[in-house]
Amino acid sequence: MFRAAARAAVRAGEEAAGVRKALEGAPTQAAGTLSPEELERYSRQLVLDGWGEAEQVALRESSVLVVGAGALGSPVASYLAGAGIGRLGVLDDDVVELSNLHRQHLHLTPEVGLPKVHGAVARLQLLNPEILVEPYQVRLDADSADGLVAGHDLVVDCSDGFDTRYALNAACCRAGVDLVEGGVVGYGGLVMSIRPYETACYRCAFPQAPPPGSQPTCAQAGVLGPVAGVVGSLQALEAMKLLAGLDGALLDAFLQVDLASAAVVRVATARRPECADCGDES
Amino acid sequence: MVAVLDVTELRCPMTWVRTKLALERLDPGGVLEVTCPPGEALDNVPRSAREAGHAVTVDGAVVRIVRAR
Repeated sequence: MFRAAARAAVRAGEEAAGVRKALEGAPTQAAGTLSPEELERYSRQLVLDGWGEAEQVALRESSVLVVGAGALGSPVASYLAGAGIGRLGVLDDDVVELSNLHRQHLHLTPEVGLPKVHGAVARLQLLNPEILVEPYQVRLDADSADGLVAGHDLVVDCSDGFDTRYALNAACCRAGVDLVEGGVVGYGGLVMSIRPYETACYRCAFPQAPPPGSQPTCAQAGVLGPVAGVVGSLQALEAMKLLAGLDGALLDAFLQVDLASAAVVRVATARRPECADCGDES
Repeated sequence: MVAVLDVTELRCPMTWVRTKLALERLDPGGVLEVTCPPGEALDNVPRSAREAGHAVTVDGAVVRIVRAR
């Protein structure tokens, strides 16, 4: 259904472009079509069966917020920028540390001590000058989440704390904004896509955060860079599926990966009517 | 009405990218005639179109594709 509508939009855009061209006597780029540069840049995804101009234009017209420019945010933001998300916000209030660099490839050694968003945004903008990359050098918490989520079509959670995760889940539910959750620790991680009020949210699947102190943080437990790369890449792929309307997103389910043993498990989950974030009373 | 496309100035995979996108704009049953450069594209464009399920005939440098779905 989405694709039929998107195709109609492409055709309508083309017709509009034809009218504008005739009126102005100069070549113009139609709203629903891709420029020759975009065709070349995205050619290796455009050739795919199931991915075409409508899907590519859907990405270009999307606005995505990546929360966290660290181990998960690096692959997520890189792949989403490369894929052609029209407006990409990158949020992080931290500075680059030497101990980040083994897993956070958006940052370089000379940038140690500098704000993460600075180098990250500059690099992403160089990767794809066709899109708009916006830095948010702020902390996302329960107070700021609503304002930061507003105006985006989708949020990718690349943060590393349960407070941020639950604040973001609640804010995305309130705003009806799609969310791709992700977490990584040690040799494993988790990915989950959420369409608020249609599919299980993060709190439906995990009603309560682990008690303080019971869950090792990234800093305490350590993580191998490629493990974060796998989980972040899965998150980027989920975001693209949701934005382009592809089938097969991780909705009402989460993927648990244990990369020490190379095991992947898809766990089904469902909405809970008593959920504090998306339930009947919320 | 038959849609036409000239990809003689392009190289693989752009020859198929342009063809695929032109086909996406047609309704099922719509016809696209693609003028290809000799060589690789004249092999690849018909093959890719057939693999995508479309009906294909080739007449010289012109590949005629009937959109299947």
